[in-house]
Amino acid sequence: MIQQIDYFVIAPPLVLAVVAGLVLLLDAFLPVRPHTKTLLGLTTLAGVVLSLGFVIAQMAGRGGQTFCVPTDKALCSFVADGFTLVFAGLVLVAAVVVILMSMTELAGGGIPVGEWYFLLLCTLVGAVTLPASRDLIMLVVALELVSLPVFALTALKRYDGRSSEAAVKLFVVSVVSTAIMLFGVSLLYGIAGTVYLSRLSAVFSGQIPAPGTALPDQGLPAVVTVGVVLVVAGFAFKIAAVPFHSWAADVYQGAPLPVAALLSVISKATGFAGLILILVTALAGQAATWTPIIAIISALTMTAGNLLAMRQRSAVRLLAWSSVAQSGYILAPLAIGTQAAIGASTAYLVIYAAMNLGAFAVVMLVSRTAPRNELDDYRGLVHRSRVAGVALAFCLVCLAGLPPGLAGLFAKVFVFREIVEGGTGWLALVMAVNTVIGLYYYAVWTARLFTPAAGMAPAVHRPPPAIWSAMGLAVAAAILFSIAPQLVLDVTALSTR
Amino acid sequence: MMGWVPVGLLAVPLLGALALVLAPQALRPALRTYGLVLSGVTLALATLLVGTFDYGQAARQQFEVDIPWIPGLGLRFHLGVDGISLPLIALTALLTFLCFVYLSWGSARAPGQLMSARPRALVFTLLVLEVGMIGTFLALDLLLFFVFFEIVLIPMYFLIGIWGGEGRRAASIKFILYTLLGSVVMLLGLLLIWAQAGTLDIEALSAAHGSGMARSVQILAFVAIGIGLAVKTPMWPLHTWLPDAHTEAPTVGSVLLAGVLLKMGTYGFARIAIPILPEGAVAVAPWLGAFAVVGIVYGALACLAQRDLKRMIAYSSVGHMGFVLLGFATLTPAGINGALFANVAHGLITGLLFFLAGAVKERYHTADMPSLGGGMLATLPRLGSVLTYASIASLGLPGLAGFWGEMLALYGAYQPANGLPRGLFLAYMVIGGLGAVLTAAYFLVMLSRVTHGRPQRTVDLPTGAADDRLVRETPDLPSGAADDRLVRETPDERPVVSAKETTAVLEPPAADDIRTYELLAWTPLVALILLFGLWPGLLLSLTTPAVQTLLGALS
Repeated sequence: MIQQIDYFVIAPPLVLAVVAGLVLLLDAFLPVRPHTKTLLGLTTLAGVVLSLGFVIAQMAGRGGQTFCVPTDKALCSFVADGFTLVFAGLVLVAAVVVILMSMTELAGGGIPVGEWYFLLLCTLVGAVTLPASRDLIMLVVALELVSLPVFALTALKRYDGRSSEAAVKLFVVSVVSTAIMLFGVSLLYGIAGTVYLSRLSAVFSGQIPAPGTALPDQGLPAVVTVGVVLVVAGFAFKIAAVPFHSWAADVYQGAPLPVAALLSVISKATGFAGLILILVTALAGQAATWTPIIAIISALTMTAGNLLAMRQRSAVRLLAWSSVAQSGYILAPLAIGTQAAIGASTAYLVIYAAMNLGAFAVVMLVSRTAPRNELDDYRGLVHRSRVAGVALAFCLVCLAGLPPGLAGLFAKVFVFREIVEGGTGWLALVMAVNTVIGLYYYAVWTARLFTPAAGMAPAVHRPPPAIWSAMGLAVAAAILFSIAPQLVLDVTALSTR
Repeated sequence: MMGWVPVGLLAVPLLGALALVLAPQALRPALRTYGLVLSGVTLALATLLVGTFDYGQAARQQFEVDIPWIPGLGLRFHLGVDGISLPLIALTALLTFLCFVYLSWGSARAPGQLMSARPRALVFTLLVLEVGMIGTFLALDLLLFFVFFEIVLIPMYFLIGIWGGEGRRAASIKFILYTLLGSVVMLLGLLLIWAQAGTLDIEALSAAHGSGMARSVQILAFVAIGIGLAVKTPMWPLHTWLPDAHTEAPTVGSVLLAGVLLKMGTYGFARIAIPILPEGAVAVAPWLGAFAVVGIVYGALACLAQRDLKRMIAYSSVGHMGFVLLGFATLTPAGINGALFANVAHGLITGLLFFLAGAVKERYHTADMPSLGGGMLATLPRLGSVLTYASIASLGLPGLAGFWGEMLALYGAYQPANGLPRGLFLAYMVIGGLGAVLTAAYFLVMLSRVTHGRPQRTVDLPTGAADDRLVRETPDLPSGAADDRLVRETPDERPVVSAKETTAVLEPPAADDIRTYELLAWTPLVALILLFGLWPGLLLSLTTPAVQTLLGALS
């Protein structure tokens, strides 16, 4: 039996994989010159942009599907629909910013360049494949493809003990959560007898009798619930939701900053994509089981993230906990589970990506002169570097959800609307209280940017151009989303079609 | 037609602020005239609005602009002006302009004036603040209202936090946290309305008068929105941010805070809470009235206990806003008219009072009333007279603007709307009347302490440029340890400058009485207070038709 592969549909991850190999080869065979690093960076960037081009072309051409079961064309493993393309686009645009940040990070030396870009591209292959996956095996493989290179990326700063510690921590938590998820996946497979999400959906909503049960006429056994909970737990690690949130701060702080940015946006986006696929596509019939779980996890995640962020003195740790809290906000509409609610989650994720990457870019800029990167190092940043200071202030105000950072405000309004309409008023209340807690630490940080520096504050001297373009890209997106949030809604409407 | 005027009211200060960011160097030499001109143009637009407003149809929204902004949310850029918002827009434009006059007329180098500390940032902050304030009064879309309502917070936070007094840091953080907490609760209420009624358009929602919303939903939404507005108003017991914010804010910050920001809270009741949620309003009104009268009495008693002039005026705002809330709580045309009138009158009077308190603080370097030592009418006769004038206007002397609003609010409480317990409101009226007496008491006590009597103290009046320079350094104090402490006891801890034995009463130099820029900034307020006091119909004829429409279902 010959399977037809539609290469146009799988072009985005394919391009990334080919470029990953190319980068490794170039690194091995090019003579070591100062320009080699830049060349490798630009090659990576070109690969990502090309891949993004394919995603846009697919968007115009209404996508497609491949790796289908030859006998049943409805069962495909790789589907490029609106949802896939929105997440792939988000991941790739974020990747451009991360690569630009990497070019700055690698310019310092000490990190092997070829390996860095290779691993980064491998992660991206996983991140682009995951939202397209429509069977459990592909989903798990893609998720691991996102996770495994990140351990190595975290540890690539070999001379830094903290980096290795972060990598080990990430590795252990990740492996445990993968094991949990695999167990859940095997239970679901055992009951439904299929790995395809669409078939799973039919089984769990009762349209097709479950082949794995002894008494098909008595409904689904209780073990389904166990399977659902275990799978949710596995993805909860990726998005740093509450029982699996403890790794966030240490890993963000220990990892090189571009990796932290990658974890907080790309890795998180794939986690959400997987969660949405599993819950909404495959387990829609079991919504009664998972909606309360998601609601509680969401409430706990935003509360824990915000409370922990309040006490931080280090900028990166604060961003780590704040991104945990933001995960909670993104998770909240999933607890409603309707298509519109998923759209709200996706819209929040898109806006969050822009503002968070902007903040990370400025933090990276400051970290070059203030290696400890504490909040006090940001005193008077506006007076030292006006652009960086104002950009960070804007991103923080956005994250807090205050005007003039309208993007963040509207993102929160999208979410509020869905959860108020969905009837989970208590979650809206918890989120409201959390928003205020969040405002506190964002406001304190922002105020620090404007207070005159006490004593000798480190000057921001001659940062490389790459970091400026990274910052410019992220902040421009945040400003655009503030003026015309409808853009985000239009794009995310594609994903739910 | 004429829709460009409201857009212009927002665009002029906004573009002005943007230009300051984009071309800082080019504008630096002209900074003083820059703010003056932009706020002047805004004021001219507001005057145009007042001039071309169709007074025959004051209940209708005029100068409407209605453009979809975010179709996905149903959010529209919907602006309009009616009899309720017109006076407030004019007041905002006027007060902002007067603040710029105060800041930048003349050399503008005196302490507390524009050029004394970070002038560019100050102009920027004030312009952004103006956008938010005017936008709040123009917005006819719930979310748009909320956006403008929030835009105001950040510039005010920086205004207090950068140009404020010694305890500015704690005060500004308290201010922003309190108001943000209120705003978030208000947002939930607005979203609840949206979820139930399916539209964000204030005009459509007001015309529906709450039809389509269950009573329980209306009550819930009214309480949520009410809390958000009550924090801003402020209503007792949510007022505690106000005294600190006022005491620490610079003069212009206090003026705009009292003159406009507090109005945004009460305006929300008239624009959103009462017309959109009439059943919720009827259910909650007795409680609102109760908090209002407690606020009146509490504010008055707190004023009696204050030593600091600015703090006293701040507490007096709590009392005055109590009258405004009581007016709203009656849900009668008389009461709401009174509330809207008192709103504008309070903006004018308290704006003037804070200008005066700033002037006093600047001259004596303290606002502690016992240290001021009395006799201001002898030492600074003009300043003393204006202070007396503003105080008796504030205590509600008939013939000045402060009287009518409070009188009408109390009158409304005498005969509240159908469905409200009359006995209870009669009790509110009596307590409110008592509060009015107490208001008179504390203002008279203040006047007897500050303006009357013999000058007790050789005040360290700045006699010339040398002293000015000394003072100018104060705003630039490093935000060190002194910043972090709370400000409750500050008046006693302040060093009384020149505590030497007094032997003779110094004749203050003539130049030190009211200065030109002060005169320019204050005269319009003085005149308007008198005008509205003698001719209240001017304002009432504007609000009455609008109030009747908004009460619709109730009256």
